Amino acid sequence: MSSFPLLPDSASTISDQIDALFFFLVAVSVFFSLIITIALAFSAARYRKGSTASRKGALSDYLPLELAWSIIPLIIAMFIFGWSAKLYLDMHVAPANAMEVYVVGKQWMWKIQHPGGNREINELHVPVGRPVKLIMTSQDVIHSFYIPAFRVKQDVLPGKYTTQWFEATKPGEYHLFCAEYCGTSHSGMIGKVIAMEPADYEKWLSGTSSAGIAMASSGAEVFERFGCKTCHRQDTGLRGPALDGLWGKQVKLADGKTIVADQEYIRESILNPGAKTVAGYQQLMPTYKNQLTNEQVNQLIEYVRSLSATQENQGNNQ
Amino acid sequence: MSNTVHHSVVDRENDYIHAGYGLKSWLLTVDHKRIAILYLISITIFFFVGGFFAFLLRLELMTPAGDIVSAETYNKLFTMHGVVMIFFFLIPSIPAVLGNFLVPLMIGAKDLAFPKLNLMSWYVYNIGGIFALYALVNGGVDTGWTFYTPYSSTYSLSNVVPVVIGAFILGFSSILTALNFIVTIHKMRAPGLTWFKLPLFIWASYATSIITVLATPVIAITLCLLLFERLMGVGIFDPALGGDPILFQHLFWFYSHPAVYIMIIPSMGVISEVVTCFARKRIFGYKFMAYAIMAIAIFGFLVWGHHMFISGQSVYAGFVFSALSFMVAIPSAIKVFNWTATLYKGHIEFRTPILYAFGFIGLFTIGGLTGLFLASLATDVHLTDTYFVVAHFHYIMVGGAVMGYLGGIHFWWPKMTGRMYNEAWAKFSALILFVGFNLTFFPQFVLGYLGMPRRYYIYPDEFQVLNVLSTAGATILGLGYIIPMVYLLWSLRKEKNVGTNPWGATGLEWTTQSPPITHNFEKTPVVTGEPYVYQEEEKVVE
Repeated sequence: MSSFPLLPDSASTISDQIDALFFFLVAVSVFFSLIITIALAFSAARYRKGSTASRKGALSDYLPLELAWSIIPLIIAMFIFGWSAKLYLDMHVAPANAMEVYVVGKQWMWKIQHPGGNREINELHVPVGRPVKLIMTSQDVIHSFYIPAFRVKQDVLPGKYTTQWFEATKPGEYHLFCAEYCGTSHSGMIGKVIAMEPADYEKWLSGTSSAGIAMASSGAEVFERFGCKTCHRQDTGLRGPALDGLWGKQVKLADGKTIVADQEYIRESILNPGAKTVAGYQQLMPTYKNQLTNEQVNQLIEYVRSLSATQENQGNNQ
Repeated sequence: MSNTVHHSVVDRENDYIHAGYGLKSWLLTVDHKRIAILYLISITIFFFVGGFFAFLLRLELMTPAGDIVSAETYNKLFTMHGVVMIFFFLIPSIPAVLGNFLVPLMIGAKDLAFPKLNLMSWYVYNIGGIFALYALVNGGVDTGWTFYTPYSSTYSLSNVVPVVIGAFILGFSSILTALNFIVTIHKMRAPGLTWFKLPLFIWASYATSIITVLATPVIAITLCLLLFERLMGVGIFDPALGGDPILFQHLFWFYSHPAVYIMIIPSMGVISEVVTCFARKRIFGYKFMAYAIMAIAIFGFLVWGHHMFISGQSVYAGFVFSALSFMVAIPSAIKVFNWTATLYKGHIEFRTPILYAFGFIGLFTIGGLTGLFLASLATDVHLTDTYFVVAHFHYIMVGGAVMGYLGGIHFWWPKMTGRMYNEAWAKFSALILFVGFNLTFFPQFVLGYLGMPRRYYIYPDEFQVLNVLSTAGATILGLGYIIPMVYLLWSLRKEKNVGTNPWGATGLEWTTQSPPITHNFEKTPVVTGEPYVYQEEEKVVE
């Protein structure tokens, strides 16, 4: 019981903007509560039974008044809606230069892996001053990744990716909570987000305790081990689409639609290959649903992404 | 009023309570008033069961660590608190007790349209209740009252099936009551009682019934699908089986958001009756009030997605649900303004029921305004699934719905029993309730803004002070519920002496004796005037 805060930490680029809207809403609420309270107290005192105050001109209907207190609140409400919707949209569109971190939730822990390979459990180290985008999925039930000091929260679902982004502004340690009820130890599925100065963050990244093999390299190994290359390399039979240069491109599907090759698409193609077959290919691939962990799928995705990165580099070199 | 004179010579034992003796005369009754009493007993039992769970929860939350119960037990306690309070108390509370008693009386009918269906609904309710209690004594259920998948369908090891079956069965009792009200209000109004002469309590009961009939089948279907998945492994919601967990949330809230209006609209009806009676004034803006009720009922169906702004539903769906949620706030605001305006230039008499009405208006206003924080997309991201939400919906459901229910019980108690309770005690307990309620739930707004998630068994130390305040408030609140039990039951020992119309109220229910005879009226009343004709104070007080 050492401290008794009434305001939460505010430590991201969005948190002050959320607070501004929050306190505007508080002001609106206080204003209307006061109007109602004062009006009730006034009537209760002045027009109590037996008081001599004049009741002349008492109304039981007055259209202009009815319209006024319908329309004025509506205008205020629509103003708040617009303000809030704009912020919400900003919170959904991550900046292009955001660094990506993979999160896997499971009963009852958070498993995190940085593209460089660093793994953490129930801790997330991030640099301040740089947008961070979380690519999240769950191994079992629905969880929710909540950092109150950053004012961000997003449900983490089994069977698909959800994302959220933030940019920390203040170094420090902040609460990480699971906010969607997930079973017995729901309230134990907590951790820390540690925001660091960029230099400290680099030091942490290269520290021996946490450094690991880059996700793309682990992915290459998984690719090898599960025999993916039998079909998915240009130098083999090409029974499946080539993966070099695929990342971020439009893919034409057998049903005539097109889709961007992103995390969600590649994940689905590994776990449920029949869902979106590429145009010109037969559906031959078996599902890897029960063979790969979520972490391995994430690593494969980083590997596929790295195939395009190298090609881009080669293109630049020529 | 000519009947008043007539009733003073009526034999006092000639009323619905004395229409038959023995248990069988009650268990097989088809009198809407007796069925209301049966419901009153059933839901009161469930209310105190649910309240006891809440008491244990608040006790556990006194300290940040887990000490009184285990994590599993804690999870089961908040689940059963929610299930019992929502499905077995709040949803049936006003419709099944006050509605059952009053709808025929207020429209000058002898009974509801389908008296046997009415009795059946009470049995159906109790069968549902037995399933829930069976699950409880058999170890409880730990999914949260929201039953979110895939936790409820695949992962939970607790008694999901009996509770879901109980809630499924219970839904039919709501539907039967609602169906009865719709038909009765359409077909059995007294001669001259046109729609715009109806008391607002009837408008509220009608709107609630429409919502119940349209929304309840959806939760029934959803619960069935949940059972198919849990028992037979049919993949509907669990992605591991090829399902979609968000689909469950859409279906669940398509019922459960309108269900919030099923809980609050009847209270709004009660408050309109009470405010007019004790201000001795017509309701301000009768038509706006009636339209507002219907608007809430209709718009209430279009806002369910505001429970899912962080669930992964599309951003654009979020925009639509947010805008509509702001719009549904407007008719609620209209109602608050109109009650306030009704009091202006009235002759306000501070009897117990209007204290509850004042409490309702204040708490509902706070509950409604804090709803804006959650309808607003960006602030909802931070506040959803925290104690802010817990505080908000308790302001609506306890500060609003329960205050309205208790206000109604105090207002119509003399009509239901022919006795008056001790007013000093009643006023004292209304005050206790108001203070206890605010002390319990206001700190939770702050907790939520600070970031404390709901459904947390253990929590970081910095949240303790506010949690202790909340628990202290809950103790006071509990007292405020126990005192009325005592003085209301005590009043039954008194003589039946309240007369036909102790409050000097308008409305047909006040033109027949208290308690009423089995067929309500000696002679079918004929209505010529508008409701709430409290013109001059002098005329009303006889």
